[in-house]
Amino acid sequence: MAFHALIVDDSAAVRAFVRACLEDASFARVEEAETGFEALQLLASNAFDVVIVDVNMPDINGLELLAFMKKSPRQQGARKILISTQIDGADSKQGTELGADAFLKKPFEVGELRELIQDLLGSAAEVSR
Amino acid sequence: MSDPRDNVQQEFLAEAQELVEALSRDLLLLDEAHHRNERIDPALVNEVFRSVHTLKGIAGMFGYKHVGAVAHALEDLLDDLRLGRASVGQQLLDVLFDSVERFQRLLALEDPQSPEEEPGVQAYIADIRSIGTEPEAEEGDPLDKYTIEPAVLAVLTEYEEHRLRACIREGLRLYRLRAAFDLTAIDDSIDTLRDVARDDAEIITYLPSMEGGNEDTIELVVLLASRMAEAELKEHFEGRYGTIEAIAERTHLPTLPPRLTSIPSSAISTGPQPEEDPSQASLRSVANSVRVDIRKLDHLMNVVGELALVRSAIDRIVDRFKGESVHRQSLMDLDRIGRGFERQLSELRTGILDVRMVPLGQVFNKLARIVRQAARERDKQVRLVVTGANTEVDKLIVEELTDPLMHLIRNAIDHGIEPANARTRVAKQAEGTLALNAYHKGSNVVIEVEDDGGGMNAHQLREAAVSRGLLSAEAGHELTRQEMLNLVFLPGLSTSSEITDMSGRGVGMDVVKTNILRMGGLISIASEQGIGTKITVTLPITLALIRALIVTVGSRTFALPITAVREAIPYVPEEVRSIQGREVITLRGETLAICDLARLFGFRRSKRGEGRFVVVGSMGNRELGFVVDQLLGQEDVIIKALGKSLSSVGGFAGATDLGDQKVALVLDAPALFTEYFDGPDALRALETHL
Repeated sequence: MAFHALIVDDSAAVRAFVRACLEDASFARVEEAETGFEALQLLASNAFDVVIVDVNMPDINGLELLAFMKKSPRQQGARKILISTQIDGADSKQGTELGADAFLKKPFEVGELRELIQDLLGSAAEVSR
Repeated sequence: MSDPRDNVQQEFLAEAQELVEALSRDLLLLDEAHHRNERIDPALVNEVFRSVHTLKGIAGMFGYKHVGAVAHALEDLLDDLRLGRASVGQQLLDVLFDSVERFQRLLALEDPQSPEEEPGVQAYIADIRSIGTEPEAEEGDPLDKYTIEPAVLAVLTEYEEHRLRACIREGLRLYRLRAAFDLTAIDDSIDTLRDVARDDAEIITYLPSMEGGNEDTIELVVLLASRMAEAELKEHFEGRYGTIEAIAERTHLPTLPPRLTSIPSSAISTGPQPEEDPSQASLRSVANSVRVDIRKLDHLMNVVGELALVRSAIDRIVDRFKGESVHRQSLMDLDRIGRGFERQLSELRTGILDVRMVPLGQVFNKLARIVRQAARERDKQVRLVVTGANTEVDKLIVEELTDPLMHLIRNAIDHGIEPANARTRVAKQAEGTLALNAYHKGSNVVIEVEDDGGGMNAHQLREAAVSRGLLSAEAGHELTRQEMLNLVFLPGLSTSSEITDMSGRGVGMDVVKTNILRMGGLISIASEQGIGTKITVTLPITLALIRALIVTVGSRTFALPITAVREAIPYVPEEVRSIQGREVITLRGETLAICDLARLFGFRRSKRGEGRFVVVGSMGNRELGFVVDQLLGQEDVIIKALGKSLSSVGGFAGATDLGDQKVALVLDAPALFTEYFDGPDALRALETHL
């Protein structure tokens, strides 16, 4: 079954990387947002299975988006992955309190992301062979 | 399992390049502000940080180890800078400027992990680390003065918190603006909000809230800092945007729970945003641009070319049945449809060409950095004056132009502009001026690199050419001053009496010239001793499609770019005279050199004497008449490169498809001009190829 994913990152290369990782390995339908504002537009009208969001973004940062999703009825089923450059201690504490399910440290590897998705979504993210 | 990185590698390189360019541009602004002793805009510092931060992240993911390592070290330094733990100084600026070229070189490496680079990278990182930081002034936390909800503090990044503190220290007051935004038009609304806020308030962050939000609207709480009083600010924002209220100051300082530690490296941009047309609201995204591979545009242009062939096929059908009364109405319809088709096609073509256009400012920014660096290395004072940075040219030309212009600029600073003491001795201003001018002239773009330095010594050039055996002493004696100056373009000629590390490196003037000619351009030089030197580069605006005059010579068809054509006149054999072995005619009192293409190409002439034409070509300040047999009319043609086996043949820019399975060679007007006027062996080289 296909799962619906959203990647929010201001870097086009990171978005392309995540998209390629997911589309290559599973039946993911991946949407991209470059800014928090774009993410808000997509979050308002879609229910995502997984949302991957970079913590460091101008204007609306990743933590603010997590806080928003926590309250949003539509995104209650979404698993949330926070991308950060530091995930030890402070970051994960702050992120966990805001509802993050997992953390990815930038730079991350292809395998790391795929495993994480599979752990979070189970069979929905079954790797195609 | 395949590695998805292979497919998105291009995406990485394009973004990395953009980030480095943005970094370079922002550093120049920073440098300028520093030298003018102006206040350093925190948003600018944050932009610099963000470029390096993003670069670090993606370099790591795509295996660019060295880029990642350098970016990491810089990121730490810039983080200190934006958080007020370091300040902008000369040493810091120098280190930052160094990074731009380093990044470019490291990104261009075939092996991005190359161990050879390791020592250089490590030495540079040590330089970065050697820049000291300053301890933050600790005089109690200014945030304690305000009653900000813990839920808000929990989502602020370290940078946002820092800006809050800095604003409070500067005496600004904090406000909370609460407004609902239409989700479909949120980008435009935010842009306007930024505009409104620009001079009067700093936007710290935007917090999306669920209250009042639904599928169509979203409520944002915008945290602002401003010098304005509440009433003033209310007048400013309310009505246009929801409600605004001052965040209450505490009456007494309570003991606070420890604040949540937050993420150290993050950002918020309050920098100016590009202007947008408000009439184009709706679903558009904040980043309303796409990155397109130029090859895709080439492909589209080829499709346009194919459609143009369809159009001429329709014309031929109309022509064939003209005069037959039976299908008269249908033919008229077909003709009308054909003309409509032509109009749309022309719009499509213009549209595609327009997409390829980028402002020359992109190159000029890079060059400004070179000027600064070269001036410093040479210990000279140079002021750069740029005009026409908005002049647009084809993306491919901009790319190709960077290296030649960079070389011209280095030459101007290296050899042209004198050291300050030498300048003041001859009553010039100590600071030399280097002007970079760009403007459109017809369908060409002209770029001038002009300096007010010592100028070139034409006689020295001639002597150098003779002593290097590039020219016989007798031939040298007959040269005009302009011809002597043109010798600088000969391969293997350098007038530098001492080899400097700058002039000794990179391409010479001959390579500059070759590159410009390859783009269908022309380069000329004007120089007065003691006054200065001006190099003028003339280029077509686009490489993709040109309007051409189609002519025949012998039984062959040729296309001559219309940009090089001024007029066509009947050829009258009786009027041809010979001056110094060259054929000339007189046109409106002026002598015009002519070049018989049939003779040049070694064709037996199909027509003798009467009925032929002289196509008067003009490039820069020169004119040359090409004698041809027939004029077939004008057409838009797409130049296709000649195959490998023919690519070394001089005098042709490529081939083009004229429809009807007719192929024409496109004459390379600049090459013909240059060979004819400048090349000592002028056209002989060409003849041997044909």
